[in-house]
Amino acid sequence: MNRRDFLRAATAAAMAAPAFSFSGRLFAAPASAPRFLLVFLRGGYDCNNLLVPYASDFYYESRPTLAIARPDAGNVNSAIALDSQWGLNPVLRDSIYPLWQKGQVAFVPFAGTDDLSRSHFETQDNIESGEPSGQRSDFRSGFMARLSGQMSSVPSIAFTDALPLTFQGGTRDIPNISLRGNTKSVFDTRQADILAGMYRNTSLASAASDGLELRQTVSKELQAEMMKANRGAPNAKNFAAETQRIATMMRDQYRLGFVDVGGWDTHVNQGNVTGGLANNLANLGKGLAAYADALGDEWNNTVVVVVSEFGRTFRENGNKGTDHGHGTVYWVLGGKVNGGRIAGEQVAINAQSLLQNRDYPVLTNYRDMLGGLLGRTWGLSGSQLQAVFPGARPRDLQLA
Amino acid sequence: MRVVLKSIFGSLLPSLATVALVFAIGPGAAMARAPSPLSQDDVAWLRRDGFDLDSATVARYRDLGRSRFLDRQLDDRDGDAMPPQITSLIDSYEVVNTPTEQLLANLRDEQEKIKAMPDGDDKTAAKKAQQEHANLLLQQAQQIELLHAIYGPNQLKEQMVWFWLNHFSVYGAKGRVRWVAADYAQNAIRPHALGKFRDLVMATLQSPAMMEFLDNAQNAKGHVNENYARELMELHTLGVNSGYTQQDVQQLALILTGSGVAPLRERPMLDRHPRVAAQFVRNGLFEFNPMRHDYSDKVLLGQKIKGSGFHEVEQAVDLITRQPACAQFISRKLAAYFVADDPPPALVAKMARTFQRTDGDIADVLRTMLESKELSASYGKKFKDPMQFVVSSVRVAYDGKPIVNARPLINWLNQLGEPVFGRLTPDGWPLDASGWSSSGQMAKRFEIAGAIGTGNNRLLTPEGLPRNGGDFPMLTTRLYYDTFDPYLSTATRDALAKATSQQEWNTFLLSSPDFNYR
Repeated sequence: MNRRDFLRAATAAAMAAPAFSFSGRLFAAPASAPRFLLVFLRGGYDCNNLLVPYASDFYYESRPTLAIARPDAGNVNSAIALDSQWGLNPVLRDSIYPLWQKGQVAFVPFAGTDDLSRSHFETQDNIESGEPSGQRSDFRSGFMARLSGQMSSVPSIAFTDALPLTFQGGTRDIPNISLRGNTKSVFDTRQADILAGMYRNTSLASAASDGLELRQTVSKELQAEMMKANRGAPNAKNFAAETQRIATMMRDQYRLGFVDVGGWDTHVNQGNVTGGLANNLANLGKGLAAYADALGDEWNNTVVVVVSEFGRTFRENGNKGTDHGHGTVYWVLGGKVNGGRIAGEQVAINAQSLLQNRDYPVLTNYRDMLGGLLGRTWGLSGSQLQAVFPGARPRDLQLA
Repeated sequence: MRVVLKSIFGSLLPSLATVALVFAIGPGAAMARAPSPLSQDDVAWLRRDGFDLDSATVARYRDLGRSRFLDRQLDDRDGDAMPPQITSLIDSYEVVNTPTEQLLANLRDEQEKIKAMPDGDDKTAAKKAQQEHANLLLQQAQQIELLHAIYGPNQLKEQMVWFWLNHFSVYGAKGRVRWVAADYAQNAIRPHALGKFRDLVMATLQSPAMMEFLDNAQNAKGHVNENYARELMELHTLGVNSGYTQQDVQQLALILTGSGVAPLRERPMLDRHPRVAAQFVRNGLFEFNPMRHDYSDKVLLGQKIKGSGFHEVEQAVDLITRQPACAQFISRKLAAYFVADDPPPALVAKMARTFQRTDGDIADVLRTMLESKELSASYGKKFKDPMQFVVSSVRVAYDGKPIVNARPLINWLNQLGEPVFGRLTPDGWPLDASGWSSSGQMAKRFEIAGAIGTGNNRLLTPEGLPRNGGDFPMLTTRLYYDTFDPYLSTATRDALAKATSQQEWNTFLLSSPDFNYR
């Protein structure tokens, strides 16, 4: 039963029965089905202080205050060597590095879009739309919505305040809910029934009942579980608490999800192993590790991809920060991910290889990479992938 | 009548029975003072004309009749007066009682001071304090706009101020926009909201908010920044794919070189170049600096524009705003806001003809729309966006009673994803239902209806004080019985009948399709 059928059935049931029944578990997915979560870092995060190109002297020349020290067993603030070229920011030592050691994380450097505007909104919209940049034909259509439309049995959800562009314009209703704050439902079942009843014969019937139902489900089931897990703390005060909630919902009900994390635009005083960026990265790492943990065995059926609209300037600017750049590093995580490696095409890191003498070039287009990854994860055909990413040339980086 | 109702509810917690009682006596008692409830057509028209209803608006409409009511609105004869408590609340805001130039000068001094500080905790604390100050100024600007929308007597004008703020959208968190957002609404948008469209474009063009937001402050000869030039044609006047070319964008960008925000200190350079100084333009915080202008001749939309300084900008704006595409684009967007997500082409064409005949007179275009049969055919089918929902809910719930704390209004708009000055991109918030009717949005909207309907909020609690509990609004008023009650759908009536308390009844009414569609 797909989501729309479920809602029809639920509506019919609600009309027949006096009390509206909220039964989110009805459409729980089969246990071994793949799950995909897209994490969007809004603001263009500085990938060069996530994945440190420690073999490059040019990196240390370019970042007098921002560079992270070369791997050194005697220095906890030095990069953690991932291979002979790349090191990991040590703020991720307890969260992401263990996953790396288990081969459950791959990084894809020199990834991004062909949009050279370096404008947050243009590039974010481009990525969310999944259409070729400069040739967008539908400004209200996102690739996750089109993807969801290709797989009628895959329940989808956005963990956001409003439905993000990437889930707009689809053929099915896609619910959205923010799990950041207090998820306690304001309404009891009787009130929710009355509220939904007012919209029963309007075009918003499913949106109204679906939203209320989701709140109820979250309130009744998730709250109880989270109260236990968090020893009674009901508020998601940090990303890790939020991702635990997301994991519960992705495990039980949804298989295609989206969440965004803001605050990555670091033009001034970015820091290296301390400071704003380090805090954000540590928070993100803890969140992703908590997500993996909370999924339990389902982590093996899960792929998480972390993207951002663009990278930043390779050299630090006059304000000990970085400005808008181009290529960036994407993360791919999951229990069965072909990880513990740096994937995709790479170039030497020196002044000559910078794009416009400024930032990383893009060697792996996000549409090609996600097309290859999603195609593999869900066994999509070439024509299905063209519907999701028109004109893309899906590339299988053997990530999953 | 209202006093009587209040005493009934004051003495007795309303149960189903009391709601039914008021149901019975409400309309009859109202008739004792007014000839009859407003007709369905009058109610529907009035709900579209403003951010829904309050008693004062209904009374004015009854006194004047639709024709004179509309005339007064379009001629802007109702003024912007609000309850004295609201006016003094706004007057207490720093962003209002400090001149904008002074705010920017203070910022500059503060930044210089911080820059001179050695790195360390003090410097970090000073930066943090400055950010908090900036956010406070933006919140004040947001509150001012919301308070005007709720209490402004000319509700058509208030909707137009919001419409233009969205059409000429600026993002508060960028650069110095937080310091100038209130100035933008009050001095660039509001005075021209019902005037000539060309004047509105010129006012936004010369506002520090727009110059800063779309980077024209950086647009100079040899360092051309096309951002504003592109958006001026694409988003503000002509619309995308309306026939202008990349070449036109580049030419307009050259025309706009040198237009920007005035430096806060005199430029000694001008003293040494008297001929250049004669071309200098300063208008409030707007400055045209001839030293930064490209004086080459340009060709825009097929018309030659001779390099002559700021006059080029005026010529360009005249040229652009007189294009048929501009009349069409603006008319369509107005109709999309007021009439239908996908407005009837015949109506848009009619409005566009008025636009061209009157050289872009906004009031005349609105009259064409507000007197059209297409408007009446659309009653009850336009879904409120979060701004319209929050403002109208407070208008109906509090009915002119002054709130003392506008911060909850900001929080609700944040939660619903449509904060004033919060649109990151220059295209403004969506005007159609699909942008605001996702399942998460609906659930959140019901919750906010609950926060207003149950009084579980801080609207009546001054900032910094513990919340007054139990003070919920009374929606079963004469206003309700005269305007909403006669025309409610069966589904909403059934829901209201199931309410077990006044708070719940309020919540259901504000959540209902009858209230959320207008």
